[in-house]
Amino acid sequence: MRWRPGPIFIILALAALLPLLDVVLPPKMQLCEAVRGVFLYAILALGLNVVTGYAGLLNLGIAAFMAIGAYSFGILTCEIYPFQLGFWPALALTIPIGAFAGFILGAPTLGLRGDYLAIVTLGFGEIVQDVLKNLDVVTKGTQGINPLPAPTFGGSEWTAEDEYKWYYLFFALLVLTVFAVRNLERSRLGRAWFSIREDEIASRSMGIRVERTKLIAFATAAAIAAFAGGLSASVLSSTGEPSNYDFQISILALCIVIVGGIGSIAGVLVGALVMVGLNSIVLVKATAWMAANGIGSQGNVLLSPNNWKFLIFGLALILAVRLKPNGLIPPRIERAKQ
Amino acid sequence: MLDFEVFSQQLITGLSNGMIIALIAIGYTMVYGIIELINFAHGDVFMLGAFLALTLLGALGMEAWGPSGQVFGVALMLIGSAVFCGGLNWSLDRLAYRALRKSSKLSLLVSAIGCSFVCMNLGLFWGGAPMKVFANGNSAAAPKNFPAIIPQINLLGDGFLRITPADLLVFTVTIPLMVGLTFMVKRTRLGRAMRAVAQDPTAASLMGIPVDRVIGATFFIGGALGGFASVIYSLYNNTIGFQMGTRAGLDAFTAAVLGGIGSLPGAVLGGLTIGCVRSMSDQYLETRWTNTIVFCILVLILIFRPNGLLGSTRREKV
Repeated sequence: MRWRPGPIFIILALAALLPLLDVVLPPKMQLCEAVRGVFLYAILALGLNVVTGYAGLLNLGIAAFMAIGAYSFGILTCEIYPFQLGFWPALALTIPIGAFAGFILGAPTLGLRGDYLAIVTLGFGEIVQDVLKNLDVVTKGTQGINPLPAPTFGGSEWTAEDEYKWYYLFFALLVLTVFAVRNLERSRLGRAWFSIREDEIASRSMGIRVERTKLIAFATAAAIAAFAGGLSASVLSSTGEPSNYDFQISILALCIVIVGGIGSIAGVLVGALVMVGLNSIVLVKATAWMAANGIGSQGNVLLSPNNWKFLIFGLALILAVRLKPNGLIPPRIERAKQ
Repeated sequence: MLDFEVFSQQLITGLSNGMIIALIAIGYTMVYGIIELINFAHGDVFMLGAFLALTLLGALGMEAWGPSGQVFGVALMLIGSAVFCGGLNWSLDRLAYRALRKSSKLSLLVSAIGCSFVCMNLGLFWGGAPMKVFANGNSAAAPKNFPAIIPQINLLGDGFLRITPADLLVFTVTIPLMVGLTFMVKRTRLGRAMRAVAQDPTAASLMGIPVDRVIGATFFIGGALGGFASVIYSLYNNTIGFQMGTRAGLDAFTAAVLGGIGSLPGAVLGGLTIGCVRSMSDQYLETRWTNTIVFCILVLILIFRPNGLLGSTRREKV
């Protein structure tokens, strides 16, 4: 049979070629830095997709695990703490740490009904922020932990100027995540997740250990989110303040999954492009354009594009659920009719 | 040492705030009872009610009215916000939820989260309104000061406790509402229809009950209670902001679950408990840990007693 590139391959190939476009574009229109954000949120949303898309458990606190990843990366690397690991070992360690955090939250709560679980994850997201803010002895409160190391890859440490190195690092890690998630999707475990999503009782009677399988989905999602958190802390060289990981981020990730196609990897990639593109490319560029052309945002709340963010997220969710319940790119494995 | 004076004062504050939380919690519990949806947008509908009250207050210049005029003003804000929030909640059901009755519960919940964000954004825009009470449109996102048009005096004279007219207002508004609501659910035709739909929508519709209209009415009543709550919240706490709906919603939902979701007396009991826990934690622990404590209560209740304090396994839903 002739090999036909799937949608995932096409999207990733286009992303790999994007820096070539930046060479010809004028400096103000360059996209690489913003697209890096798309990659980051795509990794986060791929994590959310495991728990919400595959296993059907709505998680509204995925940003909390991102925060846990970012702060553990910070504590493991920053010079004011005793560990002082390098970039690579610390980034690798965020994965088991995230999985452990997911396990801690998931183990007692996964027996709950779907909507109650959603509220618990939401509350967890709020609490992680509060704890990070209040335990300022360890976490430096709202100052965040900094400076954090960048990767040393072939000699010297990267700086913010090494734009293309960062771009391809993010790209490579996204590809890695895509492969990991795609293999999980097609494994025995992935099929068990789908099965639980469609019918928990039937799965149980087929011999699937429901609690354990759900817990693995929860921990996997948390691990991927923590990984994304560590990565973002490294590129910013700071964990930022705890409120950088608030409910908005969890909802952004949820929008990506729902709009793109719940349970579909290609869908999540497209969803990340659409939602993060709106959030940090269109809105940011529009703000810059308006400032440059003297359309003041002072005094009029409607004239600042940033103030439309919640409305866009909200409408995206309402309309996606109503008009395209399977998302822009529906998953390969169709959901059973409800 | 437990200082009795401080303790009683915190108890009064806790009970007053608890009654407000209870009023919001009833909105959650009614909607959950009837269509099993955590109406995420409820907290934000409550927030918009407070913004409407502040707009009315500013537009009519209520601060300058005399004492009897201000009583009338409070009544006007209560009715205005109740009708507005009820109507808004009804419209959300009509526009965003009704089409999803047959889809999965998670899609319904996602739609409700979307509504919550839309409402929050409307609140942000509203906060930029060019009015004096909204800081003339500057810094829309900043919390707004809600003028204390109720006199801040102690009704007990120089007694060691302090009960203000605001405390009194909370109880004179919430208790009749709760009694009236209980009467309505238990005795009226609409109440019976609501209980029937909650128990079995299909059977109810076979009995000739207009299910969608009854659900709409439930949303309206729940929203209206949120509207009443928003006015007394604003008069009691004197600060409102476009993000206050999330916090209030989480507290109220915790209260509803604590009391047993679907149960009216449960929501009141849960609200009072959460209100008191909050004020005691503010006083005896640290304010910054209060939210964490409330959340831990929510998780523990959900794990060990998912039907709540007053809920039974075969609970009678609203």
